[in-house]
Amino acid sequence: MSDLDQFRKETRAWLEANCPPEMRKAATADSDVFWGGRNAKFASDAQRAWFERMRDKGWTVPDWPKEYGGGGLDGAEHKVLREEMGRIGARPPLSSFGIWMLGPALLKFGNEAQKKEHLPKIAAGLIRWCQGYSEPNAGSDLASLQTRAESDGDHFIITGQKIWTSYANYADWIFCLVRTDPAAKKHDGISFILFDMASKGVSTKPILLISGYSPFCETFFDNVRVPKSHVVGTVNRGWDVAKYLLQHERAMISGMGDRGVSRPLGQVAADSVGSDDAGRLDDAMLRSQIATFEIDEAALAAAAERAVDLAKAGQSHPAFSSAMKYYGTELNKRRYEILMSAGGIDALEWESERSGGGARPRAWLRTKANSIEGGTSEVMLGIVAKRILDLPGA
Amino acid sequence: MALVLTEEQSMLRDSARGLISDKAPVSHLRQLRDNKDATGFSRDLWKDFAEMGFTGLLVPEEFGGSGLGCVEAGVVMEEIGRTLMPSPFLSTAVLGVSALSRGGSAAQKAEYLSKISAGSLLAALAVDEGAKHRPLQTAMQAARAGNGFRLKGAKALVVDGHTADLLIVAARTGGSPGEAAGLTLFLVNPKAKGVATERTIMVDAHNAARIAFDDVEVDADHVLGEVDQGGALLENLLNIGRGAVASEMVGLSEEVFGRTVTYLKERKQFGKLIGEFQALQHRAAQLYIDIEISRAAVLKALQALDADIEKADSAVAVAKAKAGTTATRAVQEGVQMHGGMGMTDQFDIGFFMKRARVCEELFGDANFHADRLARSRSY
Repeated sequence: MSDLDQFRKETRAWLEANCPPEMRKAATADSDVFWGGRNAKFASDAQRAWFERMRDKGWTVPDWPKEYGGGGLDGAEHKVLREEMGRIGARPPLSSFGIWMLGPALLKFGNEAQKKEHLPKIAAGLIRWCQGYSEPNAGSDLASLQTRAESDGDHFIITGQKIWTSYANYADWIFCLVRTDPAAKKHDGISFILFDMASKGVSTKPILLISGYSPFCETFFDNVRVPKSHVVGTVNRGWDVAKYLLQHERAMISGMGDRGVSRPLGQVAADSVGSDDAGRLDDAMLRSQIATFEIDEAALAAAAERAVDLAKAGQSHPAFSSAMKYYGTELNKRRYEILMSAGGIDALEWESERSGGGARPRAWLRTKANSIEGGTSEVMLGIVAKRILDLPGA
Repeated sequence: MALVLTEEQSMLRDSARGLISDKAPVSHLRQLRDNKDATGFSRDLWKDFAEMGFTGLLVPEEFGGSGLGCVEAGVVMEEIGRTLMPSPFLSTAVLGVSALSRGGSAAQKAEYLSKISAGSLLAALAVDEGAKHRPLQTAMQAARAGNGFRLKGAKALVVDGHTADLLIVAARTGGSPGEAAGLTLFLVNPKAKGVATERTIMVDAHNAARIAFDDVEVDADHVLGEVDQGGALLENLLNIGRGAVASEMVGLSEEVFGRTVTYLKERKQFGKLIGEFQALQHRAAQLYIDIEISRAAVLKALQALDADIEKADSAVAVAKAKAGTTATRAVQEGVQMHGGMGMTDQFDIGFFMKRARVCEELFGDANFHADRLARSRSY
């Protein structure tokens, strides 16, 4: 038996013994996801047990180095762990922007002190991070951001406003893009800086969305003092960090659909639409839409798998995450359009207990942001056209 | 298994690409078409294929082949797709060999496989009867007669049927159309009494035939596999064919897309390269993404076929449907973005559109495979 087969065998046995049954189904409610942080609360004993067991193995961040609280797995082992978790439908034990976005950026651009300070706390779920990127006048054109960081001895004084800051009202720290050189060209005067959301001068205000939820905030900075040592990478070279992190964000968003974990969409549809005598969905046109969707969904899953393998083999294009982000988010929107159609009038109820407080229509509306956040679909296509296809003037 | 080609597979791709792009660019197909070539492909090139070991790629080593799998067959098919080279590779080296090595008796393997590997025997699979690919609807009768069977019926879209030395024919020894049980595969000599072959010139200038069987006598020892039990073997063969054609469509899509992107960077209108227009950039980007996703789905299916063919059904359905839909878009965008030039016969783009249409139909179109996926998932 190869080392990898042995690893698979042990991993499978360990997961069987340690993943509580309640953690083996897809998260449906917000409280099903454990985000960590200073004020974190567990929704159940099972959630706590699953988190603590995985944390102790370093498997909240399986591929990070052990010295920073990770599991130290190589690419092949990490894939095996993902496959084995997928096999039993195991939920991620901890979800956070620290894991998906900041961590990879710190591993690449952070200095040793920053890595030692922040990575273990992300891995252990002690600090919850938020992302200060977009501003009211800097959306798709992110590099035009205006939040100022003015030098004051060994500190920066930060003033400005961010928007669409996910869960800023729950976050402990922020990774933030600020303008440190207003005279430079727009991409060249930006720095990537970290600070505590409890700092004097930071305030947040949730934004009510069409789903009725407020996952995003406006975030205000009024003369916030931040040590210069909190800059990641070089001052005024923050755009390099920002872009690298965006690739990870896009990879994360493209994987947001609940592929592979839940039942086939056609079976979910059959619950409300019914089936004919031959066992076929009793709506031929909807059945055809769903089957076409599932073809694309399975093909995308293969592409996601291949993207990881290509990266491992050093053959991936750095802009490919934009391609995956585009396809994954458009697909997820299609999934929810189909779910709404399949649910018919039952999927229109907004508040009843029967409908789980309108879980489906709210989730449907939430997906509309997928192709906007982290770079719009149009921006993604522009990146593919320019950086991969090398089309002129893009 | 990693979803990328191994080093050996990449080397195979490079050598196939070298040979095919050198000796069979699209102009090769054009010449065969314009000359109304009676064979429809180059026998000299088939010899080259034999010398390079491509004819015996899937033939077990004991019969002079390399004993490789569907991933390798797909690698060669993709290169064939890039230049639209007409070749018996699919009919003979992929389907013929798979039929014999998976279903053949020791005597049948010994008789045919070495010859295929050597490039001296061509085979063709005869399944379809109606306008659409519906293998279970096979109605052709094989009635018991004496020591064997008597075949009566007609087949269509028999790829390379006009040049085949050996026909592999699906017929019904029992059951009714719609059922898998009662199907049997036969090895038939195309020169046997009662076989009438009509070469059909197709839209894509590739090779196919309609073949009528009028009480054709076939010995019992020319049954491939078990009588009445051929359904499972046939399904496996078709899945291999679907994976192979899906690979061809990925190669075809990538080539037509590459030519189109090149054109976007050369053609000027309104004082600009047309590739500067965002309307075209976004469509090109979408197509690129679809091609990459199709490529992944196809490699996934080919690996699944090699790992455990009995469990490869869904992956193959996904691959054939996705690659087909993508190829259909790639050739349409190819013609549209080339403007009037794309409509001319002088320009190669039209050849890709024609071949994509045939590939999409071959072994089931995207609708057929979407339906199959839905059935397999019980809805």
